[in-house]
Order: sequence, then structure tokens, then C-alpha cells
Amino acid sequence: MAQTLSDSQLVARCRSGDQQAWAELVDRFSRYVYAIAVQAFRLPESDAEDVFQEVFARAYQHLDKLRDDAAVRPWLAQLTRRLCIDRLRAASRERPAPEEELELAGSEETLTMLEDALTVHEALAAAPEHCREILDRFFARDESYRTIGDALELPAGTIASRISRCLVRMRELLEGRSQPDSPSSPR
Amino acid sequence: MTAFDEERLARLIRALPPAPAAWVRAAQELPLAKAELDEIVARAEADADFRARLVADLETALAAEGYERDPAVIELLKVRLKSK
Repeated sequence: MAQTLSDSQLVARCRSGDQQAWAELVDRFSRYVYAIAVQAFRLPESDAEDVFQEVFARAYQHLDKLRDDAAVRPWLAQLTRRLCIDRLRAASRERPAPEEELELAGSEETLTMLEDALTVHEALAAAPEHCREILDRFFARDESYRTIGDALELPAGTIASRISRCLVRMRELLEGRSQPDSPSSPR
Repeated sequence: MTAFDEERLARLIRALPPAPAAWVRAAQELPLAKAELDEIVARAEADADFRARLVADLETALAAEGYERDPAVIELLKVRLKSK
């Protein structure tokens, strides 16, 4: 999805009761929350689902307590981490684990990598649509050339080169060396 | 964020696959669940027995009262009951 509102604008709209804004906020951060639960804390799918729903339920309930609207991203990350640790702590009551082990769960290295990944995905959301779609399908959704070709009506033989060109474009965008294309820019 | 090359970019895009669509949809429907939620919370505040049954086993208590099993309502209710 193209990202048009800043995080703080989005939060302000959610707080005013805009349901569409809430749906966009969930969409914007859902991958991040999911990844923290399953990659950083390695929660089983059912626990990850509970954490995921509780994160957004708490966020929805307590959005008015957020002091800085622009800080919604670290706020959600912190909330997710805390709920993951609670979940691991509850599991350890059945299968005891040392407290230090729980504190170490969710390695800083993975959490930092996921923050960087979210930054890249935000840049991707602002990238030209033809790049956004193909990079997300190939890398994040793990779709084959054939599936992508069918969905985007592209010959499979052109997909690899387009992915490569789009990665270069993404790099330029992230390094501030290029502006996003207008819809009419040549592909 | 430190410097990156195309290989690192690819790795970072790959690091955030979509969350399951049903989870996302349930979270997006939280505002729609609010009216039903407010009704349940009001009942729980007025009826100590109902509240005790909700706290003991939320899903069973809701089903017994004829509420549909809406994940968005259940999650919001957990948060509301904890914060009371």
C-alpha cells in the first residue's frame, strides 16, 4: 500500500475515530508486530496470534495515552516485546526456564534488523508501484517468477532484470539519490 | 540505519512477510467491535455474577449469553477487563 500519511498524521486520525485510518495503521505495522513475535521471540503460531491481537487491542484502547504521535512505531515495538516476554514467562511456569533466559529472548540483533526492515518497507511503500509490487511479491511473499508473471502480466524472462533494477532504485531512494517516480515515469 | 547494498536490501524486504490475512482483518475490525464491547462491559459493571463468569472464562461466558465469537471483541474485552 502506498504510504501517504506520516505516522503522526495517521495516529491523529485514528484518535478522531477514523476507521479507515485505523485499518491503515494496522496494515502499516502488522508485519513488524508479527515478525517481532515469530522471528525475534520465536513464539509458536498460536501464541503469536494472541500477542498480535492483544498488541492492537491495547493500542486501540490506549492510543490517547501515546504522548508523541510520531513515536507509535517504538511504542508498538515495546508493547509487542513486553507481551512476548509475558507469554514466554507464562510458558516457563509450565516448563521452567531461568529468568535471564527470558530477558535474553528477543535478541537485540534480530530486533535491530527488524527495525531496519521496517524502514526499508516504508521506503518500499513510497517507491514506484511497479517496484513495490514486484519486490514485495518476490522477497516478502516468496512468490515464484511464474506466479509474479501471471499476476502482473509480465513475461517471466523480464522479472529477474526488473527485480535487479528495482533494488538499485530502492538503494538510491534510501540514500536520497533519487525521488519516487511519478505514475507516468518510464519503466 | 547503516549502509546497505542490494543484497542487504533484499534480505530486509524478505524479513517482513505479511502477517496472516485473518489476523490483520480481525485487528482492523476493532472499531466495529466497539459498540458490542461497550454493551458487554456495561453489563459486566452492572452484574457482578456476569463479570465473574467473564473473568473466569471469557469465551464460554460470551457464548453462553449468545454473543458471537468475534476475535476483535474478545481481545478488546480482555484489555478492558484487565484495566478495570
